[in-house]
Amino acid sequence: MLLEGLTGMVEVEEGVKIIPGGNTIIAGIDKLVNWGRVSSLWPMTFGLACCAIEMMSTGASHYDLDRFGIIFRGSPRQADVVIVAGTITKKMAPIVRRVYDQMPEPRYVIAMGSCASTGNIYNTYSTVQGADAFLPVDVYIPGCPPRPEAFMEGLIKLQEKIRNEHFRWSRWR
Amino acid sequence: MEVTAIVEAIRERFPEEVREVREFRGQVSVIVRRDRIKEMLEFLHDTEEICFSHLQDLCGVDYLGKKDLRFEVVYQLYSIRHRNALRIRAEVPEDDPSIESVVAIWDGANWHERECYDLFGITFVGHPDLRRVLMPEDWEGHPLRKDYPLKSDLGDREWKGFKEVIALAEKNRTFETR
Repeated sequence: MLLEGLTGMVEVEEGVKIIPGGNTIIAGIDKLVNWGRVSSLWPMTFGLACCAIEMMSTGASHYDLDRFGIIFRGSPRQADVVIVAGTITKKMAPIVRRVYDQMPEPRYVIAMGSCASTGNIYNTYSTVQGADAFLPVDVYIPGCPPRPEAFMEGLIKLQEKIRNEHFRWSRWR
Repeated sequence: MEVTAIVEAIRERFPEEVREVREFRGQVSVIVRRDRIKEMLEFLHDTEEICFSHLQDLCGVDYLGKKDLRFEVVYQLYSIRHRNALRIRAEVPEDDPSIESVVAIWDGANWHERECYDLFGITFVGHPDLRRVLMPEDWEGHPLRKDYPLKSDLGDREWKGFKEVIALAEKNRTFETR
């Protein structure tokens, strides 16, 4: 077509150049790797309480999550991100930590809902006051439960965080 | 039989055990001593004209400081055939918090009695499998008692399993890449 004859580089985005005639894309490795990670975030479903319902409804057809490349995986070994959705009790805390430990790197944690972020109104003998007591959380999504739009904004925030990562692709960490 | 007649029948058969009868907006409660509670509930369950076949609820109450006998075990009974409801409140003292188990009469009392033991510390004599049902097995203390700490930070009384998770998270923090 119009671009077939062009053999010069065209900068389409900051740091990303293409050679239209030659079907070539030139970009830094950071950009490529982060783009791959961002566009296929596979969460581990960890619905503990009511926030799981909102997570399910966000994944359903009305507010689709599949269009972001998000496929819910059942096993932590195949997941990138664990979405802790719901109240964490002290009895459940070792199990949440075990699931997080089983995930391969790079891994991220989203605390969905007020209970996972801070314990919500349940400051009682059995409730952990937020997942960050024993997990390194990347994104907190407040709400009880957060609306699907808010949940999607939290996921997009995580995508932005991943997009800005630097040098997280080599073997020597 | 009407509920008032049932209460009269209880009074007639167990005169020393019945301490008080209260009524509020159609709900009748009978406050009794715990001594012959199983016999009383068997009577209420087996007698044809009374027939309280459905144990709707079994729970514990802690009246710390408000009553001489600290605990109460409350039996909410319902008769499906005669459509009557009755509440039996059995008083349980603090120094010997035990009462007879009614699992032999109603099977559904099994987990309710386990919950009462777990959260109040009331022992049910004759229960086939009395152990904790909600809290972890090695939890110390009975959380729904009025003198149990209210908020999440239990300090030294924290559960061992949770302390281990926190310690593990601290130890692995150096390996976190962010």
